[in-house]
Amino acid sequence: MPNISHPSSRPVVALLHLLGLLAGLGMGIAAWADGEQQTRQVPLLPAYQQECAACHMAYPPAYLPAESWRRLMHTLPTHFGSDASLDTATAAAVSDWLGSHAGTYKRVREAPPENRITRTRWFIKKHDEVPAATWARPAIKSAANCSACHPQAEKGDFNEHRIRIPR
Amino acid sequence: MTRKSLFKHLPTTLFVASTSLAAVVHAAAPTELLAGYSGQAQAPSSATRGQQFFTGTHGGDWSCSSCHGAVPTGGGKHASTGKPITALAPAVNPERFTDPAKVEKWFRRNCKDVLTRECTAAEKADVLAWLLSLKP
Ligand code: HEC
Ligand code: HEC
Ligand code: HEC
Repeated sequence: MPNISHPSSRPVVALLHLLGLLAGLGMGIAAWADGEQQTRQVPLLPAYQQECAACHMAYPPAYLPAESWRRLMHTLPTHFGSDASLDTATAAAVSDWLGSHAGTYKRVREAPPENRITRTRWFIKKHDEVPAATWARPAIKSAANCSACHPQAEKGDFNEHRIRIPR
Repeated sequence: MTRKSLFKHLPTTLFVASTSLAAVVHAAAPTELLAGYSGQAQAPSSATRGQQFFTGTHGGDWSCSSCHGAVPTGGGKHASTGKPITALAPAVNPERFTDPAKVEKWFRRNCKDVLTRECTAAEKADVLAWLLSLKP
């Protein structure tokens, strides 16, 4: 780029580009918002946001171990009763990203049954006060519908002070 | 890659990136897509057949309407997760049926979920003809 006339404006221009890019990609934030645990934020890969948040919210990658993400990514055509198949290149990019942002915290270490966040031991423990009838309410339908009770879930915020359980 | 080689390859990288981007965002009008499907089917489309196809369950639990609503000028809701889905009718949602790769991806997935097979070109043409006939 032969723009040598305003060398001093370059960093500003670069910064603006970066900001525009971040905003334009609709950058989501995934966080490990456990009260006892330091909050860890990961910007979501755009392909993950686009491909893995069409049918449900973009689950934070840190909530499952790498092994679970790997298994999920290898069985997309039969994904919880839905066809979620992807082309090879996109699947590889998403897999790589999930693998490198998967949970490492000790409670996430074990691969849960069905590769579900909702079947991990930490999830069950955190939600043991929610009665069975509550999960079944029409406005909730499924424990996997995090945003029904955690209105800021899409932003990676699961803080207990912002929980609102729909009637 | 070293700094030097990065700079050497930058123009090619940018060129490749921008041409593939152009391919990805190649936009088509919904009417062009319809013409494409009808051409493949070698038969004219029918909005009436499209409506029947869209709202019928084809022997399974779900119809297209289970997630997209019986009249897809309004928003829908994913039948198992409850996640809201924006309207499918192009008159209401101009982004619909403009990205051929996206359209093909969702026809493939959703037809398998509803019919346990892929949709034919004739079925896609009928559905699209019906959706295009809907006004807000
Ligand atoms: C075509 C729709 C669809 C797409 C696309 C999709 N999913 Fe899902 N996913 C579902 C359904 C349906 C469920 C089950 C939800 C339930 O039980 O309430 C689910 C559940 C999940 C769960 C388990 C939630 C829990 O803890 O119970 C994970 C994890 C998940 N999906 C990850 C992904 C990833 C990663 C991608 C992208 C590669 C993806 N999904 C794309 C439909 C989809
Ligand atoms: C039925 C409503 C409901 C749903 C759906 C739900 N949660 Fe929760 N969640 C709660 C309640 C209630 C608590 C407990 C808060 C407390 O400890 O007082 C909680 C606590 C948590 C916490 C701990 C928060 C903290 O500050 O300690 C996390 C993390 C969490 N949920 C994640 C999730 C994820 C991820 C999903 C979806 C896969 C989900 N939740 C779905 C109601 C829900
Ligand atoms: C289980 C829920 C579900 C069912 C059943 C379903 N769809 Fe979808 N459909 C979706 C979701 C989720 C998307 C992607 C989210 C979005 O684009 O808003 C989608 C997107 C589409 C698109 C993409 C349109 C575009 O250009 O953006 C088409 C076409 C489509 N569906 C057609 C159908 C047809 C035809 C049927 C019936 C054979 C059907 N769908 C049944 C959930 C469903």
